[in-house]
Amino acid sequence: MNVLEIRDLSVDYLSGSGAVHAVADVSLDLRRGEILGLAGESGSGKSTLANAVARLLRPPAAITGGSVVHHRRDGGPVDVLKLGRKELRAFRWKELAVVFQSAMNALNPVSTVGAQIDDVLRVHAPDMPRKERTERTVELLQRVGISADRRRGYPHELSGGMRQRAAIAIALALNPEIIIMDEPTTALDVVVQREILHEIKALRQEYGFAVVFITHDLSLLMEISDRIAIMYAGRVVETGSAKALHRSPSHPYTLGLLRSFPRLHGPREELLGIPGTPPDLRSLPSGCAFHPRCRFAVEECSARRPALLPGVEGQVACLLNDDKGVLR
Amino acid sequence: MSDFVLEGRDLTKHFTAARGGRWGRRPPVRAVDDVSLGLRAGTVTALVGESGCGKSTVARLLAQVYPATSGEVLLHGEPVKAHRGAAFRAYRRQVQLIFQDPFASLNPFHRVRYHLARPLRIHGHVRSDADEQEQVAELLERVSLTPVEQFMDKMPHELSGGQRQRVAIARALAVQPVALIADEPVSMLDVSIRLGVLRLLEKLADESGLALLYITHDIASARYFAQDITVMYAGRLIESGEAEALTQSPAHPYTRLLLESAPDPDRVTAPETVRLGEPPSLIDPPSGCRFHPRCPLVMPVCSERVPERTSLGEGRWTHCWAAAHPS
Repeated sequence: MNVLEIRDLSVDYLSGSGAVHAVADVSLDLRRGEILGLAGESGSGKSTLANAVARLLRPPAAITGGSVVHHRRDGGPVDVLKLGRKELRAFRWKELAVVFQSAMNALNPVSTVGAQIDDVLRVHAPDMPRKERTERTVELLQRVGISADRRRGYPHELSGGMRQRAAIAIALALNPEIIIMDEPTTALDVVVQREILHEIKALRQEYGFAVVFITHDLSLLMEISDRIAIMYAGRVVETGSAKALHRSPSHPYTLGLLRSFPRLHGPREELLGIPGTPPDLRSLPSGCAFHPRCRFAVEECSARRPALLPGVEGQVACLLNDDKGVLR
Repeated sequence: MSDFVLEGRDLTKHFTAARGGRWGRRPPVRAVDDVSLGLRAGTVTALVGESGCGKSTVARLLAQVYPATSGEVLLHGEPVKAHRGAAFRAYRRQVQLIFQDPFASLNPFHRVRYHLARPLRIHGHVRSDADEQEQVAELLERVSLTPVEQFMDKMPHELSGGQRQRVAIARALAVQPVALIADEPVSMLDVSIRLGVLRLLEKLADESGLALLYITHDIASARYFAQDITVMYAGRLIESGEAEALTQSPAHPYTRLLLESAPDPDRVTAPETVRLGEPPSLIDPPSGCRFHPRCPLVMPVCSERVPERTSLGEGRWTHCWAAAHPS
């Protein structure tokens, strides 16, 4: 069932004044064909986690422990973290593709959109004849809603939304099983964002890939994802189905996030927000990293770090949930 | 209407495009056309629109950063033209701006104290060093950066995004302005921080009687923090009204589209998505109503003539042919 299993993954940024634990002991499963939302504030480690899974981290970042096991559709499991150069090249794009936040920077400005898709096909499917590659390029562009004649256009000639579509087309080129989308719609307007989200869902239906969707916008995740994992200060603090998290969040941080978004419809509920500021990863609070900002914090919270334990629905890492059941 | 503190009347701004015209001609970019907007004391007014719709240009026109191509800006009912020199400084004493990026709007080489003391000195609000110290402390207090002594001597890089934005707000307040223009003040901040900054702005408008213009792309936050909302599309205003009424029963099809597109976890089923294309180029905007190429209610007249303002009662109005001639 799982296409990707992350176990106890830790990533440090090594600096002069000691290591910064950007991702700490994260375990997550990505099921085949699901959209897994990864939410958190800036500095919570969500992008670092995604980059670690795609093996895109560069020094000073270093993976200090854990495993990332990929279960292929046909064939046995492989540990992504142990892949060699050559295997890694085959793994990326064919099994796992990434769509970055800023498509302006992700696309090559001096090469046409068509050439960039062609490039992926040429490298990863060297046996494909040129004519077939062109056909595939046209098909991919049309599939994401770009007219075929635009393949001769350069990235700067496309609008922000079109560029993001082009980046998705490139990711789809080899029909990967996993696509990591790192804030794919953050730079776009809401109307265009809505269209892209719709597109992602339709494409998922058609091709059956699994998506790790990273964003800080929890209300957007609630709509698009099947399951959601919430990160805080490098750790996963809660996971669960989007519906369950929306209906009854178990972690105070999730609750705070949910009640930070002004709503468009219904009664004007009072917004709670979260007091304080996100923690400095160089000097994390003791115990539960969220306790200085938590409204429900008890004395024990500053002494003992809660483990991520199975809750009523999904998992939660909060002392209030350890033995008393779900927090309300 | 004379109760406006700051008002823009029929503001139009055309920029000269760097290139793009035929035969080397440089066509105008019609960034803002016929925008009229008024700010009242103690009231938060929101200007909502997608990126590139001209909302920041409106902010800069109101702040006299550059002159309007046509139309006028009125402060307390008096037309002002103050783009340089003493007149500009006098105007800046009344109208202040806050920008989106708190990382770029503070000088990284100077301490918080310097950022706040400078406007106080330039605009002659302090008499002595002790007085300056006191006023800086009071400003920090007002934006809830306490303990004051601790924040006064911090450098910008020692502050978080939300704290920096508070310093920027304190700096704007230093000159005791009557109007404050906040251009996307929270869009670069973390979700959990946004609320605090918005509440602060709301409190300042309420307690100090500031006229506040809140420019944003997030219509849901406008619903919560503004009394009035004006929606802008491709350089023109298209709808305005009381915040709750406008968000709950939008009159213009673009406002409806904007509301439907905003993420909303409470929604039972995802809204119907039709591919509508993207906002038009402002070098060659569509004729008539600028929304007509994307509009689901489009009629022949829409591409021929610009819709006039249709009043809907209770201070609400829209520019839409469908609202002008309900069938």
